[in-house]
Amino acid sequence: MEVRVSNVRKEFDRFPALRDVSLDIRSGELIALLGPSGSGKTTLLRLIAGLERPTRGTIFFGDEDASNRTIQERNVGFVFQHYALFRHMTVADNIGFGLKVRPSAKRPTKAEIRRRASELLDLVQLSGLEKRYPAQLSGGQRQRVALARAMAIEPKVLLLDEPFGALDAQVRRELRRWLREIHDATGHTTIFVTHDQEEALELADRVVVMSQGRIEQIGTADEVYDTPNSPFVYGFIGESSSLPVKVEDGQVWISDRPIGLTAPELPDGEATLYFRPHDIELLDECNGCIAGTVAASRRVAGTRRVELEIGGGRERIEIELPVGHPAAQKSRVAFRPKRWKVFPKPVEG
Amino acid sequence: MTTAPAKAGWRFRQPSVIPGFGLTLGFSLAYLTLIILIPLSGLVWRSASLGWSDFFAIATDRRTVKALEISFGTAFIAAAINVVFGTIVAWVLVRYRFPGRRVIDAMVDLPFALPTAVAGIALTTLYSPKGWMGALLAPLGIKVAYTPLGIVIALVFIGLPFVVRTVQPIIEEIDKEVEEAAATLGANRFQTIFLVLFPGLAPAVVTGFALAFARGVGEYGSVIFIAGNLPYVSEIAPLLIVIRLEEYDYAAATAIATIMLALSFLMLLVINLIQSRTRKRYG
Ligand SMILES: Nc1ncnc2c1ncn2[C@@H]1O[C@H](COP(=O)(O)OP(=O)(O)OP(=O)(O)O)[C@@H](O)[C@H]1O
Ligand SMILES: [Mg+2]
Repeated sequence: MEVRVSNVRKEFDRFPALRDVSLDIRSGELIALLGPSGSGKTTLLRLIAGLERPTRGTIFFGDEDASNRTIQERNVGFVFQHYALFRHMTVADNIGFGLKVRPSAKRPTKAEIRRRASELLDLVQLSGLEKRYPAQLSGGQRQRVALARAMAIEPKVLLLDEPFGALDAQVRRELRRWLREIHDATGHTTIFVTHDQEEALELADRVVVMSQGRIEQIGTADEVYDTPNSPFVYGFIGESSSLPVKVEDGQVWISDRPIGLTAPELPDGEATLYFRPHDIELLDECNGCIAGTVAASRRVAGTRRVELEIGGGRERIEIELPVGHPAAQKSRVAFRPKRWKVFPKPVEG
Repeated sequence: MTTAPAKAGWRFRQPSVIPGFGLTLGFSLAYLTLIILIPLSGLVWRSASLGWSDFFAIATDRRTVKALEISFGTAFIAAAINVVFGTIVAWVLVRYRFPGRRVIDAMVDLPFALPTAVAGIALTTLYSPKGWMGALLAPLGIKVAYTPLGIVIALVFIGLPFVVRTVQPIIEEIDKEVEEAAATLGANRFQTIFLVLFPGLAPAVVTGFALAFARGVGEYGSVIFIAGNLPYVSEIAPLLIVIRLEEYDYAAATAIATIMLALSFLMLLVINLIQSRTRKRYG
């Protein structure tokens, strides 16, 4: 099922939790919503599920306006951040619930429901726990029961709100791989929320980066990592260094020296240069480069992080050097970023 | 008196890392002994002096049996009614915002606060054949005052807050997400309430039932006014005890009291067992 979110705005008592969000999700895709706390990820998910109504804009399921459908009719599987299992029901009853409440014409027999439940338990690797109650399960097990319950209704769209949020790193990694496998096996269109970028980049076909109720960028892991399209994405995903610069006639300047980078499409004026600390080339002689004094240097795993003071100590940036590279000991280092981007300073007001 | 059970040679399962288990358990036992156990065993002691055959004769006396039937029967019915409507009242108070909600919320506690005799007199005036309600019901052939129905009504009045106040906090705790989960799984409102929400309330409802029932069995003040107290028809066991006392028949009075005590204890024990079973499961 394709899901299309079209110019959606959502306000809570005038507070805009989402402002003009548009997003096309292809059938069978695995999409990650990534963003800092409060950026509107849960809100977007709830709008798609029909648990909230948009203030403006429309959500389409296929070609159909989803607002014509009730939550019950949308047939989405929703996995809540805190599982929301029915605690007076056994694991098997939890999973079978969605089938049990179907109108009698479409309801499978009791035996059939039981069979489906144990099939799904096999799928989420919890075979044999049918008779347990949620209180008797570990966090990771509850999470998987919640997922099995959502999948029991054969949803057109599977929505997961921070599915691994409450689990430890080890279990997270396991479940992550396992979610990918399940997705590939079932082919449900899946949207999951996370604020763990590693999780998003590793797992998703496409990542949707959100900030303050807006979508900043949509793209594959490579796209959002290698070509961030906004200062926010640069800062949020991976590591980045930034420097205030000036653009004049398409040349990028730091104080009074051009640094050998050109940005012909940018208007003249103040701007900010962004690059990845590891994506640089060191230069021996400086005609058009960024030069700085080494202020600090520390070993990080396989590389060395060097902190440079630029322009007499007003700005500090980090670059990454190979361990043992002589430049790390020199007091003065010249380099030029290989991949970078300059964003004009936002106009005030 | 046991004040240091930890030293008594038994092994307790270490209940938690928080210290003070021995002290608090000792205190609780001592306190319960003083407040509840000693007076009650005095009662049993007294009736034991009666001898088996006398005791048996009093216990199987038709008037006694009838009074016990009426007491436990009406208390049971009233508690059952309160479970249904008390839960609904609690639900409405928690879930809906309407003008006057706080007033109604406060009103629920009135039966707690009101002297029971006042309640009894008020209900009697209302339901006697000439009262507001009584006059309305009389043409339908329904007699409330001076019948077991009147007793039930008085006990419903008295027991309501027990159910509402035990169920209310549990409804407040219900996770909105659980309801939403049910909805996304395709459950309609009705199914969500009856398959998901109410079963989750069951332990609290059972507690509320137990409290309302226990209170109903022991209720005296509000009932005697509306009941009319006709032997074999609307005479409750507590009243019969008082009657026996007034006749200086202390042995009979304590015998009836002992039977009531045993029955009440048995029922509360059963209810508690049901409860601890559900508690263990839901965690
Ligand atoms: N029911 C609500 N009433 C009022 N404000 C709300 C409500 N739900 C969300 N908000 C606000 O909308 C904004 C977005 O919330 P949302 O829950 O979508 O964030 P999120 O991206 O999921 O954050 P997190 O990662 O912390 O879960 C927040 O500022 C939040 O305070
Ligand atoms: Mg959230």
